[in-house]
Amino acid sequence: MTSNKNLKIKVEDLTLIFGNNKTEALKLLNKGLTKEEILKKTNCTVGVNKASFEIFEGEMFVIMGLSGSGKSTLLRCLNRLIEPTDGDVIINGRNITKESNEKLLDTRRTEMSMVFQNFGLLPHRTVLDNAAFGLEIRNEEKNSRLQKAQEALETVGLKGFENQMPSQLSGGMQQRVGLARALANNPQVLLMDEAFSALDPLIRSDMQDELLELQSKLKKTIVFITHDLDEAIKLGDRILIMKDGIIEQIGTAEDILTNPASDYVKAFVEKVDRKNIITAGSLMFKKVAACHIHKEGPKAAIHKMRDLGNDVLPVLSEDRTFLGLVWLRDCLAAEKKGEKSLSSILKSEVPSVYMHYTVEEMLPLITESRAPITVVDENTGKFLGIVTQSSLIIESTRFDKNEIIELKEKAKEQ
Amino acid sequence: MEKIIDIGKYIEIIVNWMTVNFKPFFDLIKNSGNAFIEGVEWLLLSIPFYIIIIALTALSFFKVNKSTAATTLLGLTLIYLLGFWQETMETLALIVVSTVTALIIAIPVGIWSAKNKMASKIIRPILDFMQTMPAFVYLIPAVLFFSIGKLPGAFATIIFAMPPAVRLTTLGIQQVPAEVVEAARAFGATKKQLLFKVELPLAINTILAGVNQTIMMALSMVVIAGMIAAGGLGEKVLEGINNLNIGLGFESGLAVVILAIILDRTTQALGKKK
Repeated sequence: MTSNKNLKIKVEDLTLIFGNNKTEALKLLNKGLTKEEILKKTNCTVGVNKASFEIFEGEMFVIMGLSGSGKSTLLRCLNRLIEPTDGDVIINGRNITKESNEKLLDTRRTEMSMVFQNFGLLPHRTVLDNAAFGLEIRNEEKNSRLQKAQEALETVGLKGFENQMPSQLSGGMQQRVGLARALANNPQVLLMDEAFSALDPLIRSDMQDELLELQSKLKKTIVFITHDLDEAIKLGDRILIMKDGIIEQIGTAEDILTNPASDYVKAFVEKVDRKNIITAGSLMFKKVAACHIHKEGPKAAIHKMRDLGNDVLPVLSEDRTFLGLVWLRDCLAAEKKGEKSLSSILKSEVPSVYMHYTVEEMLPLITESRAPITVVDENTGKFLGIVTQSSLIIESTRFDKNEIIELKEKAKEQ
Repeated sequence: MEKIIDIGKYIEIIVNWMTVNFKPFFDLIKNSGNAFIEGVEWLLLSIPFYIIIIALTALSFFKVNKSTAATTLLGLTLIYLLGFWQETMETLALIVVSTVTALIIAIPVGIWSAKNKMASKIIRPILDFMQTMPAFVYLIPAVLFFSIGKLPGAFATIIFAMPPAVRLTTLGIQQVPAEVVEAARAFGATKKQLLFKVELPLAINTILAGVNQTIMMALSMVVIAGMIAAGGLGEKVLEGINNLNIGLGFESGLAVVILAIILDRTTQALGKKK
């Protein structure tokens, strides 16, 4: 995802004020007045309030917020379709906000393309000519631009539709044309403004999948705007949540779901089906006691379990590879028999998962035996931690243990 | 009733002042304008009538539809048989010149008004004024500036016929979806590219509706312009009125109607085609 962090876009203290008295409003904003106070005093609306963030190369960065949150305005400041009132947008190390109009046109023509909610296609041109529009604008020679447009159309799966008019296509297909037009320019940065919001849910989901697939090949830097948290979670390597022009939180889907930075984010996040998002990695207990098979026998295991008030422990090899679980009752039996090693009572057929497994995927692993689910490293098989069954149940049902006991009792009474 | 304020007096002063001080300017317009009108007239009259009939019939047959082609053929033949061919061509020439001139002014003004709020605020009331002022009134300054003849007729016609083209051009440009304009800008379109590759192509139907309106208004004005010796069918109509000659009035009126139908259908169809 963002392991190889090459800074692509840097936004610093970006502020956008709508209204006639921007200078005054900006002064008040710098003094720390709120949006409402500024509106009252100057009749100006603060669209984006001192936004700072960084986007890395090859990252799918989602900006999420409800309508009026300033997300689309923020996006338009990145290519100066809307002129920011204050602050800097630095793309590829160049400060876009300070660029001359000529240079700006050049940047728009070569470095960043945009995809629009309602497609923004030219109704009087064929699909092919629409896809070639960006190239035409930068005065590319006809044959070469048509060829590039053709390739872009093939990339988005529109081969054979070149000579149709946009109105003959469905919404999903029209948006593919929009995407092809953006890709034909071969930009480094794609700005997508609610690109899938006008599509019906099934098509939208398809388009999301295709965008992810495309992105895995093309590795563009994508800034994607949406009002839909599910879409944000599905697409975003990182998500920025905006409210009233202010950035509430930036983080991965999981960061945001597990540690919402504010009540606003929390309220948002609660509506999401967490089962698909919360992973083993975030649920697991990391510093768990374990037995090491090369040095600990049944006696040592019993001792550890009693210390912890536990009746099961993971067993690891010398290099911390996960081998299985031992149960207290088996240890007691083995101790009676005088066995010195855990290997005979080791239960190796127990569920283990990788960090990225979601709650949804782990639910079938819940067994009668209450055995915890072990999390191991995907590559080395080394032990990382455990996820208890009760935390899985809490995550998937949103009830805590006591509530579940209560529910059980109620069920029994009936 | 007693007159309390006298705006007319001041307008008179201004117009008279202009007549005296801009005389060379008006003369220049008059000479070049007359040359333009006479050139078109000469062209239309030097082509044999049957070729014009065939050409216009063919145009409406291929570009409009069969019934309009039939109307064109029968209508123009009837005009010829009624003996109004020369007057009709004179009128047509005046319409062509007035419309072309009106559009050359109207379309840029319309674009400007669509793009600039301040311009729109100023232009709007002027258009209202131009459209609602009784058409005959334009004849007075026209005659004062250019004396009588074809050119003052064209002048009055241009002023009267221009507003719909301005308005519909503005409307057409404003109706271009904001997102399409934004898309063009996002891809780095210059203002010129935006206008010629996006706005005008998308506004063309509305603009052509304006062209159609301008032609129709020019036609109606051309008849009025007959009062200042602009010639053509207008003069025949006036002659009919002055002499209470029902036959002449009807025939020349009919010729105007035929011309109107042909021009309207043809230009409308051209507008819809795209």
